[in-house]
Amino acid sequence: MAIDLDVLTMRVPPQDNPECEFFWQSGADGKLRFKHCGDCGYFSHPPTPRCPKCLSVNMEPKVVSGKGTILTFTVNVQQWVPGQEPYIIAIATMDEQPDLRLTALLVGVPLDIAPADLIGTRVETRFLARDDIFYPTFVPEGAPA
Amino acid sequence: MSNNPERLSFISGVGRSASGRRLGRTAMDLTLEAALEAIEDAGLTRDDIDGIATYPGGDAIASRGFGGPAAPQVQDALRLDLNYLYGAAEGSAQLGAIIEATMAVAAGLAKHVLVFRTVTESTMQGAKGRNPSQGMQAATGFMEFLAPFGAISATNWFAQVAQLHMHKYGTTREQLAQISLTCRTNAGLNPRAVYRDPLTMDDYMNARMISTPLCLLDCDVPVDGSTAIIISHVDYAKDAPKIPVHINAVGTAQYGRPSWDQYEDMTSMMAQGAAKQLWSRTDLKPADVDVAELYDGFSIITLAWLEALGFCEQGEGGAFIEGGQRIARTGALPLNTHGGQLSEGRLHGFGFVYEASVQLRGEAGERQVPNTEVAAVANGGGPIAGAMLLTRGISN
Repeated sequence: MAIDLDVLTMRVPPQDNPECEFFWQSGADGKLRFKHCGDCGYFSHPPTPRCPKCLSVNMEPKVVSGKGTILTFTVNVQQWVPGQEPYIIAIATMDEQPDLRLTALLVGVPLDIAPADLIGTRVETRFLARDDIFYPTFVPEGAPA
Repeated sequence: MSNNPERLSFISGVGRSASGRRLGRTAMDLTLEAALEAIEDAGLTRDDIDGIATYPGGDAIASRGFGGPAAPQVQDALRLDLNYLYGAAEGSAQLGAIIEATMAVAAGLAKHVLVFRTVTESTMQGAKGRNPSQGMQAATGFMEFLAPFGAISATNWFAQVAQLHMHKYGTTREQLAQISLTCRTNAGLNPRAVYRDPLTMDDYMNARMISTPLCLLDCDVPVDGSTAIIISHVDYAKDAPKIPVHINAVGTAQYGRPSWDQYEDMTSMMAQGAAKQLWSRTDLKPADVDVAELYDGFSIITLAWLEALGFCEQGEGGAFIEGGQRIARTGALPLNTHGGQLSEGRLHGFGFVYEASVQLRGEAGERQVPNTEVAAVANGGGPIAGAMLLTRGISN
């Protein structure tokens, strides 16, 4: 179920940040996690040590479905790095919460897809492992492994 | 309304250095040229300057030309004693430095503040072009959840705003093109503009894509240059040699999540809050604005500001600018009368304040919009926003 091929010629890794380490390691078991409030049930992204809604410190990473809906996207064409082929960046609204959004690469979709055929469509999350970091990556829901 | 503290200050002088592609001059060199011109324009000498403010602060070389010299370096270069010093990027966009200066003057901390914004991005990028990830070892700050996913350029972030605006409201590329075409037409009358040759709709539609739906002509052009503004107390207005440019109101509000992908309405940006606050601080209305100088680092930003500032309803920006007549220099709302950053060059925010000031004074030459009394200025895009209303003469 993992993504093997990196569509990025050069991938900028996340900084070492204790607050976010769980997020970048989450995909080791193939599951996406967000910080979640044990008191009010709110998901917080990017991760925060207190719940931004109720201010509780009872925050723990919680597994989510990884499923969501494309809010918007762009096909990056410019070769910021020489030799880079075009790729799709998307923002998805995750199923668990209306304001829980994640930006990630979207693969398995033709680059010339019409915006109307992509915005609002369903995606799920798979992971690309590089240098001990597990990058969430969107694929169309139900895409073959 | 008249007790807005920003109305205790005004723009007494403006100045700018040479600007253009790869000038090969240092940030300090350009800054001093602009600063000395602004000081003279204000009828002052350097000994009158008792405050300095800048955006973003920091260091020109370390920031690869994005920042100018640090404020204390300019203080030292001019051997000034200062009552007030400020340099920061986390304010009301680039306008934050100007707004800070107005408040310092209003608070009595300083009488005449030199505010500058200097860029040397063109020289620093050299012939290699823009590579925002160059030298980036790891994604930090707001890039932490963007760059690892290939969203390394502001073009990517704004492209997603444009994409959703087009999807939700039916905005077309042909409509968005009017921002770029209008700027280019205006730049034709601006001898300091980098790009002055006429631009056609075909040119725009055939320009290469950068990040869909934004093409090369939706992106501004990096230049080297410095812009300087002198903010003085209104007590000085009667002695100032030039027509005072009054600061009628400012908008500094930041409502909602300051984020490139978590802002609630992704067809818009933080501009909505700053604009709302701006209008709450004045009796002036959008219909009173004679010229609009609205940030255009990318064309979609200008469209979002037009909507946020209430020149049209949210989502109606495409129809508002369709055909370009309304925002032409001869139209109902002349827009980016100097050519904006899209055609004049990326002086990064302060170019709009400079242009608004010379329009209000009637010093804009061939591109002068007749009878300009009120100018709206906006800086910033995405999670960054600041706005000002400027008037010709002190208007308390």
